[in-house]
Amino acid sequence: MTAVTTATAPAASARLRRTTLRGLPVVPSVVLLLLFLAGPIAYCIYIAFTDMQLTGASGTHFVGLANFRHAFADPGFRNAVVLTLVFTFLSSIVGQNTLGLGLATVMRRASRPVRTLTGSVVIAAWVVPEIVAGFLLYTFFRQEGSLDAILGWLRLPRENWLYTLPILAVSLANVWRGTAFSMLVYSAALGEIPQDVTEQAEVDGASGWQRMWHVTLPMIRRSIGTNLMLNTLQTLSVFGLLWVMTRGGPGNRSQTLPLFMYEKAFQDSLIGYGTAVALLLLVVGAFFSVIYLRLMRAEV
Amino acid sequence: MTATNLPFAKAAGTAPRPTASRSAKLRTRRLRTRLAADTALLVVAVCFALPLLWLLLSSFNGHATMRTQLPHPFTLGNFAAILNAGTTFTPMLNSLVLCGGATAVTVVAAALAAYPLSRYRSRLNRPFMLTILFSTSLPITAIMVPVYGLFVQVNLIDTMWGTMLFLATTQLPIAIWLMKNFMDGVPITLEEAAWTDGASSMQALRKVVLPLMGPGVMVVTIFTFIACWGNFFVPFMLLISPDQLPASVSLYTFFGSYGTVAYGQLAAFSMLYTTPVIVLYVLISRKLGGGFALGGALKG
Repeated sequence: MTAVTTATAPAASARLRRTTLRGLPVVPSVVLLLLFLAGPIAYCIYIAFTDMQLTGASGTHFVGLANFRHAFADPGFRNAVVLTLVFTFLSSIVGQNTLGLGLATVMRRASRPVRTLTGSVVIAAWVVPEIVAGFLLYTFFRQEGSLDAILGWLRLPRENWLYTLPILAVSLANVWRGTAFSMLVYSAALGEIPQDVTEQAEVDGASGWQRMWHVTLPMIRRSIGTNLMLNTLQTLSVFGLLWVMTRGGPGNRSQTLPLFMYEKAFQDSLIGYGTAVALLLLVVGAFFSVIYLRLMRAEV
Repeated sequence: MTATNLPFAKAAGTAPRPTASRSAKLRTRRLRTRLAADTALLVVAVCFALPLLWLLLSSFNGHATMRTQLPHPFTLGNFAAILNAGTTFTPMLNSLVLCGGATAVTVVAAALAAYPLSRYRSRLNRPFMLTILFSTSLPITAIMVPVYGLFVQVNLIDTMWGTMLFLATTQLPIAIWLMKNFMDGVPITLEEAAWTDGASSMQALRKVVLPLMGPGVMVVTIFTFIACWGNFFVPFMLLISPDQLPASVSLYTFFGSYGTVAYGQLAAFSMLYTTPVIVLYVLISRKLGGGFALGGALKG
């Protein structure tokens, strides 16, 4: 101890060297993250305030908040915001989350073969690559597709879903694709609840709903929080599924923010404007990430 | 029932044992619950299975349409028609190179980074892990427009290795997170023995820690590979030459851009493209004990 205090400077430099040496293995990851993640984010913030165009005819100028003012006055942008909210609410918060929790709960009471079968099918829908899922659900919802055949067979009114209610069709598609994740999260969470707690509640005559509301839900509230955040973040950035199913159409009736951003940047060649929209999306995503971080803070 | 009079929550442990008749009633109630649960699950399973069933049946159907129907005539012709260099082999090989490379980069970088984070105490660990967790949930879709711009500026656009490094970086945060958690599970005593024998920390990582966390490394590797294999947006934006496109993009450009789609061939190609990820998923779910642990691993 005295040696350390008498020779502070060499000890400090030795400690610094040791820390540097020990930290060396982190360097490749840090370089990659700086170059390909932090770099683009910084570049995103820069371009969002310029009038950069893909054609590059007139050079790039700093335009201040013009892109954002343009966005808020643009009916196309407002349409995309509303559709993104509807898509996220329907497919992530109502669909994936509730169905996932429902499946996980019901599975605990079901017989083993049925549980395994259902679990496998739902997970298969999750594992299938996004583009394949897009094609599958496109054929399912198309006017000549499987859903139409089923509705006809059940003598129910038939509808061209991708035309009349495209946002509902793509939301259901996202539910199909994403429910497995919630189901897995909730299965893990429910598995951690001590069995005697729920059994005791059952013996004491609490109905299924009462047990769910007063015992189960309070005990898994942290999982509900993380799951909602992760679902929302994933749903905010869905592109391929929508692109294959509707391309944002017909017109722009299923054009969520990622598709709007893509159209502005590449089809209309307005990189600056498209990036401003991207930045808004990134800010919303970062906001949800921070909430997620607060929920997870105990585990770091 | 209000929250104040919860007999089952308060009386836990003190309630009298159930009598014989009560437990018999409980048993029949459980049986009824099980039957209802099985029925509900089967309904959901059928809904989720229909689109997948279309894929399976149409790939063997000589006259496939958008409906889910039995193959008529049953044929392997769809597979025969697409098994050529241009349609299948080149895109699959590109996918393999792109995703294999990205996975290798991610796993090596993540293992290196996880080691000091797991083994040494430093003031920087917590902020670093929080940043990593924050970046796992950022919407990558939102930065694709600036990444495109950046790649054009530095001439990385349409290069395989540039796309590969970017893809690797998008998976890096979650890989570091998972890898560190798996590494924390390996006791440090064995390494201390290696250190006293004169091994460097890198030797200890390679010869002691990684072999001990083999299943963990495998899970991270497969998880990264599956994510890259299914990724559509990144190669869609960053690769242009048709001969460089991976299967996810070629599936879209080949089948999405023609007026009359050969549904049988589309299904056959989708089957070939989907099978590897299904197989890999089954592999990791075995490792993790039935697949239901993955949800738990993902949320920390």
